[in-house]
Amino acid sequence: MKLSLWRRYSFPASHRLFRAEWSAEHNERVFGKCANPYSHGHNYALEVAVTGTVDPATGMIANLADLDGFVQQKVLDAFDHAYMNEQIPEFRECVPTTENVCRVIFQRLSGFPHAHIEGVRIEETGKNSFEYAAPSNP
Amino acid sequence: MIRVTRKLEFSAAHFYHNPNLSAEENRRVFGKCNNPHGHGHNYVLEVTVAGEPDPKTGMVLDLKELKEILDREVTQRMDHRHLNYEVPDLAGKIPTCEEIATVLWRILEPKIHQGRLDRIRLYESPDLFVDCTADGMKGAR
Repeated sequence: MKLSLWRRYSFPASHRLFRAEWSAEHNERVFGKCANPYSHGHNYALEVAVTGTVDPATGMIANLADLDGFVQQKVLDAFDHAYMNEQIPEFRECVPTTENVCRVIFQRLSGFPHAHIEGVRIEETGKNSFEYAAPSNP
Repeated sequence: MIRVTRKLEFSAAHFYHNPNLSAEENRRVFGKCNNPHGHGHNYVLEVTVAGEPDPKTGMVLDLKELKEILDREVTQRMDHRHLNYEVPDLAGKIPTCEEIATVLWRILEPKIHQGRLDRIRLYESPDLFVDCTADGMKGAR
């Protein structure tokens, strides 16, 4: 049996999906409305999963205060109310699709000292969600 | 393989306190959850069973039977109970979501005879939940 603890957070942020080296027509063909030059935003819901042994003294895989503080510092302080294309350095190199947001957030969280970050799941809207899991043999 | 999930809700009280720690240490580690008067949650439990549908019935398992198992093993044991005082399976443990889910996995896993228990997900609140999954190789305790 394997045990994972999930915690859910939310942050509003904006983005624009486009590649500077592509023409406006090509960007619009690939990214549709998401290529709108003025950008647009979502209320993202972020779920973070941690695994590890349960400390018998606390009954916990990880203290939620530690996890909340780490997520706040590594992710929410930067992403909350941000224009991701400009204000999150990782997105100078890649398009801030929610696939890439998952990967970037997972990488930012992977140094959590108290438990193993197993994966992240992000709901961009009520209709679509994305999940990024750690490689199975960390 | 097909996964079938049944969902139920139970309401229970708990608080976190480790008698081996000082009062101050308990407050530091457990925060508001250390309040000795206790507090409660509406827990939501999702129980997933995996298997192949029986060609005669089209079912992985009889959901009525699963409902009876869950009524007997979960609802009667935990609904409207104080988890620190009234659930012997949790005696000596801090009744966190992790420990409750582990106890429920160990109770339910041997009771499922059609298909096998694949996952239980226990929500303490919409923002906090725990998954127990079948994984013999990793994390077995």
